Amino acid sequence: MPTASDISIHGASASPRRRDLLVLLPSLTLALFLAPVVAGLLGTWLPAFGWLPSLARTDIGLAPWRELFAAPELPGSLRLTLTTGLAASVASLVIALAFCASAHGTGLFRAVERVLAPVLAVPHAAVALGLAFLLAPSGWLIRLLSPWGAGWVVPPDIATVQDRWGLALTIGLIAKEVPYMLLMAIAAGAQAEAKAGLAVARSLGYGKTTAWLKAVLPRVYPQIRMPVYAVLAYSLSVVDMALILAPTTPPPLAPLLLRWFNDPDLDRRFAAAAGATLQLLIVVGAIAVCRAAEMAAGRLGRAWIASGRRGGSGLPQHLLASIAMIGLLLLVVGSIVVNVIWSFADRWRFPSVLPTAWTFVTWQHHGPALRDLAITTFVVAAAAAGVSLALALGCLENEQRRGLHVSSRGLWLIYTPLLVPQLSFMFGLQVLLVACRIDGSWVGLIWSHLVFVLPYVFLSLADPYRSLDDRYARSALCLGASPNRVFWRVKLPMLRQPVAVAFAVGFAASAGQYLPTLFAGGGRYDTLTTEAISLAAGADRRVIGVHVLAQALLPLLPFAMALALRAHRRPAVAGRSRT
Amino acid sequence: MTQGLSLEGVYVGVGEQVLIPPLTMTVGPGEVATVMGPSGSGKSSLLAYVCGTLEPGLRAGGRVLLDGVEVTSLPPERRRIGILFQDDLLFPHMTVAENLAFGLPAERRPRAERRAVIDSALAEAGLAGFGDRDPATLSGGQRARIALLRTLLSQPRALLLDEPFGKLDAALRARFRVTVLDHARRQGLPTLLVTHDADDAAAAAGPVILIGPAIEPPQGALNSIPGAVKPVW
Repeated sequence: MPTASDISIHGASASPRRRDLLVLLPSLTLALFLAPVVAGLLGTWLPAFGWLPSLARTDIGLAPWRELFAAPELPGSLRLTLTTGLAASVASLVIALAFCASAHGTGLFRAVERVLAPVLAVPHAAVALGLAFLLAPSGWLIRLLSPWGAGWVVPPDIATVQDRWGLALTIGLIAKEVPYMLLMAIAAGAQAEAKAGLAVARSLGYGKTTAWLKAVLPRVYPQIRMPVYAVLAYSLSVVDMALILAPTTPPPLAPLLLRWFNDPDLDRRFAAAAGATLQLLIVVGAIAVCRAAEMAAGRLGRAWIASGRRGGSGLPQHLLASIAMIGLLLLVVGSIVVNVIWSFADRWRFPSVLPTAWTFVTWQHHGPALRDLAITTFVVAAAAAGVSLALALGCLENEQRRGLHVSSRGLWLIYTPLLVPQLSFMFGLQVLLVACRIDGSWVGLIWSHLVFVLPYVFLSLADPYRSLDDRYARSALCLGASPNRVFWRVKLPMLRQPVAVAFAVGFAASAGQYLPTLFAGGGRYDTLTTEAISLAAGADRRVIGVHVLAQALLPLLPFAMALALRAHRRPAVAGRSRT
Repeated sequence: MTQGLSLEGVYVGVGEQVLIPPLTMTVGPGEVATVMGPSGSGKSSLLAYVCGTLEPGLRAGGRVLLDGVEVTSLPPERRRIGILFQDDLLFPHMTVAENLAFGLPAERRPRAERRAVIDSALAEAGLAGFGDRDPATLSGGQRARIALLRTLLSQPRALLLDEPFGKLDAALRARFRVTVLDHARRQGLPTLLVTHDADDAAAAAGPVILIGPAIEPPQGALNSIPGAVKPVW
């Protein structure tokens, strides 16, 4: 029998035992996903200055740094990291914003919006492996032109993948980051009441693109600032895509460090730890530069806004941005399609556009191994996403019952695992797991994935959860339901689709992880992603095709299920329910 | 050539349902025509169609002419039809002066001249010295006046009013209504007002078009309006 006190929406005097559990949840959550980062960073910084008792080394000094800077590969490696990382980040942001600014409200924009989620769910490694074949000298793009167009009867002798400029890596990063930036910008635009602002600006005589840039972007940018930094951090420290698409002599910094961490000569780990710290400094520096650039752009933007210039029709920008967007999406889709074809190909010689003979043998032959890999991937991803979902729901519910608001500092905390380069704390995390005696166990593996899954799950769930019209919960409470009953019977059913999407996002984030599996799994666990990347170096294209396809399909399953939920009644969310 | 804002057979619907049947009318310069109807009757969609910002989900058609020139195929920004909404929609990322500068055409230069125009507009509206304020620090009435100034500074050739008085309290409402209608008449703007408030229609003192199936003509109000037209339904 509900008591009057249960009706309080802040739960101030709700049943004390339950409340206490919920109140503890945010701290528990923070500890679960930040402790590995903090411990991981410390466990990397100490060896960077020569201190690693487990290797019987306690002579603190700068020797690891001297070794790092003496490495002949370092200058080239740093140059490659900076050029590819910065070029990919800037291009991704510019393309995504240009498309938003010039194409909003068009049929193309809505079509692109619909394919974003599945495109995002495809792991980086799968896209990289597909691109490697699309762009390779013997790849699909050149086959489409040969021999009738370009006259090649044998593959041309030019490096188009693993090229020394890192162009293939840059293209791969852009193809994967633009959909992410676009999704973030669309979500932020919905919150910033972009439509009303646009209508005003258009009625005041502003062209479509200029109206978006002046009336919407200044309100959207603060909300996508963190995702922009996350893209910057990722592009400057990427490992999985770089192993497939970047040159190897020298590789960018992150793959170089991974090579050192795995060196049979254990002493290499000290220079690697110093390098991992340098990697962190590079990302921190890049974010600081980005912040400064934002402020400069903001100042110029204010003057531009006050000038009253209306801008033209925006048609050239629209065409350019649309072509870039369609091109990138085609690259992603094409990189999957080409692997589908390879996985069924028997004979496929240059320059045939399609195989001349087909077979199921590759699938039959690799089926059993694939099943084991898929099971491992599924178990880890489902566990990490499930735990993350429970924690995120608990934190959000606690926040609502106690009337809390997440500060901008809280947002930084949530983004921390996405901003700190993985390699900068993976080694230290491994040390922590060894100390807890859970290295190479399921618990350690799932925990290491949780660190990266939780932020995505939380961020994907937070907006729908907070914008659920609170009058539903209030009226349920006034009908005598306890806060817990309201949670299970009102909020959760109404939010079932956003909840399913959050799970799918977390599942996909876990399925795509490479380094955590490598470091925390202690070499005992292979997922579809680790296997696909290890195949990249020289395996049969048919085998790669089979693995890439499995890797791309598995994360799509939860998305398909979340999409199926949409067929039912739409959840009423504030803003949609009012006109 | 017909002066003012003309609608020729303008209709709005959703799917099979007709919200506003074909409507033909001309609003002369300085005249204020009123479209009255209950909420959900498609009044706002009518204005969105006239200024070119109708949502894709809605079906609408007909010709919109300004001083005899058809503007229906022009994008919203080239129609030069100003609109005021129930919400003031001042941009929260700009100061009051920046909001007004946003409305002022770029041809007004240099910067000192722009600032002078804005300052004198603010002074005229009794808001001198408000230029550097954040819109969020203003009262509802002040914000409404800034929104009006922003629209007028953009030198529109016609004015649409989408229940712009709806959210103001009674005392403020009457005053702001007088301000808006005065400006529209003095600048000779053909003005189309949509509202569900009979007092608004009376103050507009122009032709009234009633839409929606179940509306009773507001007795006193309608009879006192010279040139009132018959309900179209």
